[in-house]
Amino acid sequence: MKNYKSQIALIAALAVSMGVSMCSDSLDAYALDVMLNVGINIILAVSLNLVNGFTGQFSLGHAAFMAVGAYGASIVTLEMGGPLVRVFGGPGWFADSLTFLIALTVGGVCAAVAGWLVGVPSLRLRGDYLAIVTLGFNEIIRVVLQNTSGDGPFGGALGLKGIEPFTSFFWVFAIAAVAIYVIAALVNSTYGRGFLAVRDDEIAAESMGVNTVRYKVIAFVIGSFFAGLAGGLYAHLRTTISPEGFNFLKSVDVVVMVILGGMGSTVGVVLAAVILTVLNEFLRDFEQYRMIVFSLLLIVMMIMRPQGLLPAEFFARRRKSA
Amino acid sequence: MSAKLQLDNVTIQFGGLRAVGDLTFAVNPGELIGLIGPNGAGKTTVFNLITGVYKPTAGRISFNGVSVPGHRPHQITRLGIARTFQNIRLFGSLSVFDNVRTAMMMHLQHGIAHALARGAAYHDEEASIASDVLDLLDIFGLRGEADTPCKSMSYGDQRRLEIVRALATKPKLLLLDEPAAGMNPTEKEELMKLIQFIKDKFQISVLLVEHDMKVVMGICQRIVVLEYGEKIAEGSPDEIQKNPEVIEAYLGTEASGS
Repeated sequence: MKNYKSQIALIAALAVSMGVSMCSDSLDAYALDVMLNVGINIILAVSLNLVNGFTGQFSLGHAAFMAVGAYGASIVTLEMGGPLVRVFGGPGWFADSLTFLIALTVGGVCAAVAGWLVGVPSLRLRGDYLAIVTLGFNEIIRVVLQNTSGDGPFGGALGLKGIEPFTSFFWVFAIAAVAIYVIAALVNSTYGRGFLAVRDDEIAAESMGVNTVRYKVIAFVIGSFFAGLAGGLYAHLRTTISPEGFNFLKSVDVVVMVILGGMGSTVGVVLAAVILTVLNEFLRDFEQYRMIVFSLLLIVMMIMRPQGLLPAEFFARRRKSA
Repeated sequence: MSAKLQLDNVTIQFGGLRAVGDLTFAVNPGELIGLIGPNGAGKTTVFNLITGVYKPTAGRISFNGVSVPGHRPHQITRLGIARTFQNIRLFGSLSVFDNVRTAMMMHLQHGIAHALARGAAYHDEEASIASDVLDLLDIFGLRGEADTPCKSMSYGDQRRLEIVRALATKPKLLLLDEPAAGMNPTEKEELMKLIQFIKDKFQISVLLVEHDMKVVMGICQRIVVLEYGEKIAEGSPDEIQKNPEVIEAYLGTEASGS
């Protein structure tokens, strides 16, 4: 049983989110909304952490992959939602869930394909150059979406509205649990040490037989896939999406979570996602000062604790190899 | 176990600079060859050519009958050539154990799907890799340090770990780039024994780039001398020590008319 601890933890997490979801009607609507935001940000931060934290590739375009997933999933439910629900046995809990699952998967796969398309040519670049390319990609996606026809499937600058509110506590936290499981399982395996090797020293990694390009692309594709899922969840929570919601600042928000939590530390990043999302709610009355507070927080962190809240070394010291 | 490395008329040109010119030599199975030369003679460039970091402008490099140029560095490692670096390049954030484990990765039978499923096959393979890593660390007296972050080890130990990590890829040919750099005389003595030991124990051939004459003369069977990217001599340590061209390259000639 010891060998299957992680799978048991995953199943337990799924069961708990299912349980909470069932009695989510009795929760305060505002509190629930904040929790769902926390969950979506956890997915975003954990998936970006695979790219930025573990593989050391500085991506500034996570919101673009989120956008691709959000639009992909929304178009599925808007254009084909009705027929799909009927195919699965008419409106009801089961048919809705299945339709949503398909929509989310389509969104995730679209985002993963986008990640692959961007990753293959641009991952030859390092450091700042990659950051600029991903930033550019983020802007391209936003501007292209903005300039689509208002009557078309993408809805132009106004975006999409009237999306079914399928997102529930279960979906958000089940996917967050899966994202954490996938990335932790991957990174802690011998196979996954390659990601860390690429981050620490690309030339040495290549000399030790690590196919560095492949690792970078895999990290990018998996990261984009989960960003796409997060986008789909976000769209079906808010019920309206517009290109402006996936701008450069959204990407920066996620990067801040990763840096604040500790690059390459899943627990730290989850913690940072929780803290920053909740902090955001408290700062709602001071909307215009929000970015100032965030920037100050980041500056103070970089001076006091540059390795993040819970750096990976914190856990490495406790875990023994044999 | 070992295989033959053959370089034929290898040349590499960086713009107007001919870093290595018309170089021909071979490393036979089981041989320990030294590659020496003054600073800037092109020794590390030769390493980078063999390991695929650079592509030769002209000439052929083959290992075990397979042409090396055109392969990416990680593919060349899979052919059985492993290397260490002149400036230590360990995976800084990883433990000693994980540094070696990463180098064993290319021998994994199971890929990403197994890492995610975490089934019985995955756990068996992880356990067998862990025991391989610990055995290897044991041979080099590093087992007790398995969980130490590699950055906190002494300089000599870090050099040793780099060699262990290279051996973890199960190479047939080991390239050592100035392993004695920065070592004190006792450490150098130990290093010489270590290289000899590795060659015998793992039945591999070794190509050694080194500045320290004592180390090179002490253990190499054959020595290739480079100057300005060209081979000026090749032979046994004794022959090399007496070779006037080599002495000239290292000490210079007497200024005429003085």
